[in-house]
Amino acid sequence: MATVETRKISKFYTHEQAAVDGIDLFIPEGEFIVFLGPSGCGKTTLLRMIAGLEHPTAGDVLIDDRVVTALAPRDRNIAMVFQSYALYPHMSVFDNIAFPLRARQFAKAEIPGKVRWAAEMFGIARFLERKPRELSGGERQRVALARALVREPQVFLLDEPLSNLDAKLRTSARDELQQFQRRIGTTTIYVTHDQVEAMGLGDRVVVLSQGKVRQVGKPLEVYDEPADTFVAGFLGSPPMNLIDRGSAILGFRPEHFLPIEARETGNDAVRFTFRVTRVEYLGADRLVYGMLEGGAGEAKVLSRLPSTVPLPVQLGERHEFVIGRRDLKFFDRQTGLRTAPIPL
Amino acid sequence: MFLAPAAVLLLVFFMHPTLQTIWWSFHGGIGLEPSRFVGADNYVRLLTGDPLFLNLEVWPPSGALVNNLLWLALFTLSPLGLGLSIAVLADGVRYERTLKAVIFLPMVISATAASVIFRFVYSPDPTIGILNAVLGALFPWLEPVPWLGRRSVVNFALIGAAVWIWTGLATTVLSAAYKALDREVLEAANVDGAGPWRTFWRVALPMLAGPIAFVAIALVINGLKMLELVLVMTAGGPRGASRIIGFTVYWEMFNNSRAGYGSAVAVVMLLLLVPVIAVQLRRVGREER
Repeated sequence: MATVETRKISKFYTHEQAAVDGIDLFIPEGEFIVFLGPSGCGKTTLLRMIAGLEHPTAGDVLIDDRVVTALAPRDRNIAMVFQSYALYPHMSVFDNIAFPLRARQFAKAEIPGKVRWAAEMFGIARFLERKPRELSGGERQRVALARALVREPQVFLLDEPLSNLDAKLRTSARDELQQFQRRIGTTTIYVTHDQVEAMGLGDRVVVLSQGKVRQVGKPLEVYDEPADTFVAGFLGSPPMNLIDRGSAILGFRPEHFLPIEARETGNDAVRFTFRVTRVEYLGADRLVYGMLEGGAGEAKVLSRLPSTVPLPVQLGERHEFVIGRRDLKFFDRQTGLRTAPIPL
Repeated sequence: MFLAPAAVLLLVFFMHPTLQTIWWSFHGGIGLEPSRFVGADNYVRLLTGDPLFLNLEVWPPSGALVNNLLWLALFTLSPLGLGLSIAVLADGVRYERTLKAVIFLPMVISATAASVIFRFVYSPDPTIGILNAVLGALFPWLEPVPWLGRRSVVNFALIGAAVWIWTGLATTVLSAAYKALDREVLEAANVDGAGPWRTFWRVALPMLAGPIAFVAIALVINGLKMLELVLVMTAGGPRGASRIIGFTVYWEMFNNSRAGYGSAVAVVMLLLLVPVIAVQLRRVGREER
């Protein structure tokens, strides 16, 4: 186990555009941290710089308080699971898992026991003689994890390891991955563009965009208290409603925007007139599309109603909807950053 | 039905000449149409009574067959080794494209032209032969070496020229194959603790097995068929010391006008090629599956 730190780390592929732009992060021992962002946000580049596969243009990487920026990946005592799994195609599963041990000159007698232990950890002990091409996607992913685990590294780096699995398998793999990490307690950095994975797996989530950290926090924090309009618009499906209100941008989550009957009204609720234009049924919820009226002009917003809440309005009709005052977020129009509430 | 055109072409231009060559190899006589049936006489003489083809009386054994074994070993391994080294070492280097273009250049000029060039390179006169000029400059006490005129070095000189030509093919094929390797697999080896050496031998090289086999087979086949280089540079000399099988086929048929005897040499060449072709067919079959 180890801490991981980046200090003002940057990567420029061209002079104008930074893939990673001066990121400072501290990851304590044993944490499961997720780098989340859209494709091209720099999350994989950041991970590869921590691994040593990319050399930073500026800044440093520290593992366990030791600067490792100049060290080759093999000297950092890290393990990585790649998006493609990167198994050695010509080797059996056994040899794949044994490779890191042999490369690190483990005693010959020690290797079979360790391989078996790692294989059993992921339930792949019966495939040891097979070649990667004879395995399913889920099995390959387990081999990649077993290969990463076998030499008990200080840090695990995972680059979208679930993205090649089908949706059903992904859910169970997510669960297994988290249990496994809890059990071994190794510091883990996980890269994904999938917010469900990020919210479900991470002790903390780092939201990245255009090479910069937008917010770092526990999953609930980044969801409930987004630091800026990017985080507000990126997290949540559908994302936060963002509407223009003069000098500020007003944000609220669709699930907080409810018909007046569905909520205890009091001093802490703000009323809006909502004209419903479309309703989408999604099974457990409904998405209600419409226009917010009055005040500073119309704005397109959406409400998400659990199917247990009746919708007391027809298409084209107006109705009173409310939002709890605490659920209203305000952002600066210029910078997009969170600001103090303003009177509406 | 749709195979018919291909089948006809194959019969007319491939099966017929092959069968005719085998038939002729049992005939004797002078001229391009052998006349007299001699049974296995050609083969008996070829393997026991023709010191230019196989001479087991001396040590080390000599003759075209033995020379060809030397060719197979050096002409197969050298371009492979050189090509692989260049492909891997030049990968991602600034002048990679230029370098590979220069190395490939000999492939596109005709073997005859290359042979002429190398006759100059190997010339014993240091004012013409650049090899002797360079050696003379580095080691002034050395006498110029008649590379193509000395029995002990002539085969190595010829093979050197062939390697110069064929390294381009090996480099091009292996470089493309190396670039097509999954980078993440090589990176995984690095993260897993393997140094460049282990990564190359244990990961990259096994993954290149297919292209390496392809180049090796191409080289073996061309080494067995080789003719122009020998014909233009030494005509098999000095005193038959640089003869190889492909050259012997040509020389017996067209220079000595012994079509029957030349055919027998060609059949020996065919027999040597059969296992190589079998290996290649098996490999292709495996890849298609």
